[in-house]
Formats: sequence, C-alpha cells, structure tokens
Amino acid sequence: MAEKKKTNIILFSGDYDKTMAAYIIANGAAAYDHDVTIFHTFWGLNALRKDEKLQPKKSFMEKMFGKMMPRGANNMPLSKMQFLGMGPKMIKGVMKKHNAMPLPDLIDMAKEQEITLLACTMTMDLLGLKKEELLDDIEYGGVAAYIAEGEDGAINLFI
Amino acid sequence: MNITKTLDAKGLACPMPIVKTKKAIEGIESGQILEVVATDAGAKSDLTAWCKSSGHELVNINDDQGVFTFYIKKG
Repeated sequence: MAEKKKTNIILFSGDYDKTMAAYIIANGAAAYDHDVTIFHTFWGLNALRKDEKLQPKKSFMEKMFGKMMPRGANNMPLSKMQFLGMGPKMIKGVMKKHNAMPLPDLIDMAKEQEITLLACTMTMDLLGLKKEELLDDIEYGGVAAYIAEGEDGAINLFI
Repeated sequence: MNITKTLDAKGLACPMPIVKTKKAIEGIESGQILEVVATDAGAKSDLTAWCKSSGHELVNINDDQGVFTFYIKKG
C-alpha cells in the first residue's frame, strides 16, 4: 500500500469558530486516510485545556493568564459577533438545529480517528499552561516536530 | 444490486457523512456494496470526491428531493 498522505494543521487561533474549522478539516482528512496532526500553539492551546479548575503551582503572571484564557474548547469565544458571550450561545443553538457537531465532540471524534493532537511546549511556557491542565493522551513538541511532518505534508494549514 | 450494508447518515452535517462512510466501508469486503443515505447538501460532491481519492467506485447516486442515496463499491 502506498504511504499515507499527511495533513498538518497549525492551530494558532483560540476562537471557537476557527477551531471548529480546523477540527472539521482534520476529521475530514482522517476520513481520507491521511495521517493528521494538529499543532496547537499560542491561543490554540486553549482548545486542549480541561474544563475543570486545576491549581498547579504557578507564578503570579501565569495565574493571571490562566484566569483570562478560556478553559477548554467549549468556553472559547467567537472570532466575530462575540456580543459579550451571547454570540457563542446563539451559534451553539443554531448548530444544534442544523445537527452540526459541537466542538468538544469534534475533538473527541479526532481522538477516535487517531489524529495526533500536539501542544507546543514553548508557548505553553509563555502562557503558563501545565501538562496537567491539558487533555490526556496528547503529544508535546516544538517547531521541529511540525517541520518534520510538514515537509512531506499534502496539506499544510495555518489557522 | 446486492447491498451488503446500509449507512443512515440522514440529518448529519459535515464532516460526519464522510467520517461515518469511512468507518462503514472498513467493515465490508472489496467488491461489496455500501449504501449511504444522506441529506447534507454537500454530501454529493463530498462523497464523489472521497470515493475517487480513496479508490472506491461510486456506482450510482439517487437524488430524491434532497435525500441522496449513494451506492459505493469497495475498491
């Protein structure tokens, strides 16, 4: 059998809608039998945060960052029409009506399809995110991990 | 036509029809037919492209007022 094609997505954004696009593409590519990796960096790391309140040891600055950033995919804001939190509520209602999969389900589906979810360790340090705050069963890496996958990727996206 | 398996993907939105079709086709043998029923308006071009790329044969598509039925022969 021919070697599998690769799809690599860099998820930089911490917006619900953009993250949804990234995960829909990732799941679609996995259905095309691609090896898929999503590299979460900067605000995109928030998609991997656990919903629960955890209190790992942190500096003051790290605590502030932790408080200001959304805890998990379901709490992320929209890139447009946020309306102080009304926007996400509205879009989730519309999604339900149209049977679109909510973002947390898309992330579960990604895991089920063996998509590699990778967290950038350098930006984890910057934002003060600890491994125990992020989902289990993810991988950690840096730019070299992306380049290694990206140099023979059929699809490379930055979202 | 001898249908081995039927997948009901009615009401499902992108990307689920493709994801479920991929799962369903893993469960049948080469040469057998998978029937997929979907209502997503994009499913027609999605499944057509997916079959072409994945080496399966799209034998036939029925369009009954927005309910699409696909017959896919596993490659």
